[in-house]
Amino acid sequence: MIAIEGLCKTFGETPVLRGVDLRVARGQSLVVIGGSGTGKSVLLKCILGLVEPDAGRISIAGEPLGPRHREALFSRFGMLFQGAALFDSLPVWQNVAFRLLRGPGRLTRRAARQVAVEKLGRVGLGPEVADRFPAELSGGMQKRAGLARAIAADPEIIFFDEPTTGLDPIMAGVINTLIREIVSDMGATAITITHDMSSVRSIADRVAMLHDGVIRWEGPAAGIDRSGDPYVDQFIHGRAELLP
Amino acid sequence: MRAIAAVAAPVAALGRGVLGGLAATGRFAIFSAEALSHILRPPLYPREALAALFTIGWLSLPVVGLTAVFTGGALALQIYAGGARFNAEAVVPQIVAIGMVRELGPVLVGLMIAARVTSSIAAEIATMRVTEQIDALVTLATNPMKYLVAPRVLAGLVTVPLLTGLGDVIGVMGGWLVATQTLGFNSATYLANTVDFIEAHDVWSSLAKGAVFGGIAALSGCYFGMTSGRGAQGVGRATKAAVEAAAVMILAANFLLTGVFFSV
Ligand SMILES: Nc1ncnc2c1ncn2[C@@H]1O[C@H](COP(=O)(O)OP(=O)(O)OP(=O)(O)O)[C@@H](O)[C@H]1O
Ligand SMILES: [Mg+2]
Repeated sequence: MIAIEGLCKTFGETPVLRGVDLRVARGQSLVVIGGSGTGKSVLLKCILGLVEPDAGRISIAGEPLGPRHREALFSRFGMLFQGAALFDSLPVWQNVAFRLLRGPGRLTRRAARQVAVEKLGRVGLGPEVADRFPAELSGGMQKRAGLARAIAADPEIIFFDEPTTGLDPIMAGVINTLIREIVSDMGATAITITHDMSSVRSIADRVAMLHDGVIRWEGPAAGIDRSGDPYVDQFIHGRAELLP
Repeated sequence: MRAIAAVAAPVAALGRGVLGGLAATGRFAIFSAEALSHILRPPLYPREALAALFTIGWLSLPVVGLTAVFTGGALALQIYAGGARFNAEAVVPQIVAIGMVRELGPVLVGLMIAARVTSSIAAEIATMRVTEQIDALVTLATNPMKYLVAPRVLAGLVTVPLLTGLGDVIGVMGGWLVATQTLGFNSATYLANTVDFIEAHDVWSSLAKGAVFGGIAALSGCYFGMTSGRGAQGVGRATKAAVEAAAVMILAANFLLTGVFFSV
């Protein structure tokens, strides 16, 4: 479904991505792990064209991704940003229903609001949150509202950038289950970035580890404990020793 | 060798500065053309356009009115004092009218809009840029040029000429107020002299200047906001650059337009 080959990106003098190869099959959930600052968020933005890659090929459903195809991609796409990126001039429900209120197949305001309240419910936010503004929510609540916005229009392809950071363990469990449901029940193709091993175990079909600008290890989620890669082991167990 | 390098370094720096300025001008021009093209092509976002008309037009009324009335009043005092030196005090109504309508009305309204509107557009859009809200718009299949930029530029083009017309009238009335209250002019004569002297051409040129300045103010805010650097510092720099650029472009455009409209 999504295929990335030889993706490179350098900011100024610092190379961040140095030839990333990655594939995600339709209806599959890929989780990307890796240390802070290794370029996971940049990887997602390169796929979306929000950051212009220096080199590399990206194709979706076999078609190389140019500006024209991106438009088609975004019409069935959802993304949760690391910082939630809610529109602070709009109340929460209009954020969640943003896509439903605009474009060719738009709903009436009443219907869109209903969908928004329902989606907010799925991420554990009550209807009283709907009319508040994003600045009036806590960080974790903003994250969940951002998640509700990402899934509001039932997208086929979804990217989640650290969906559970800033959430308590119980809420993190709820969100992990929700993401798993979206992939299993709705057949969406998902790429999730996370540092949270419980997320990895509940969300992932496959896991890829980004390290030093390349995919260092990639395999099925079940095999992550027997990867044989010292960096993956270190990440799983949170050990602090320096590796060569 | 070293001497050559010492001479060459500042020249090279100057060259880089000039080239950088030209490149920035080109980027701004391309951005402007794209923004204007989006105003003409559907889909439009009526809600956003109305909100922009309201904040840019309606909410600017107080500052425009105050600027104009004080300027018109001061102008009347100056012309009276200056005119007295060669017994030409009677020209106050004509010169106030010409000065306000042809130059001070559009320029001052344009500059006040640059201060009030350009800064807020730039800060708002730059904050959206650094908090990834613009990226989020793109992933929600919404073109930021259409959703954020086009409504604001449209509002600038539509409302600033109206504000300019209003500023012209209020400025003339400021002059009238001072002239009749403190300089001993007869009210009816003052107004008759003003109306007789102003030509349609003066009014049209004033409104045309207003439209151009409104477009410049909105485009500058949008451009520097969209291209903002990272973090709070990026927002601060974008806002400062937007207001500076808008003010300079408005004054330069005023010079050119005055040349176009009034050269004989
Ligand atoms: N627009 C940019 N300009 C310059 N440098 C950037 C930019 N975006 C990202 N970087 C740099 O790229 C590197 C990777 O950033 P990225 O946000 O992808 O990290 P990450 O893997 O998502 O980390 P985290 O887990 O902390 O979110 C960082 O060193 C960052 O400083
Ligand atoms: Mg990140």
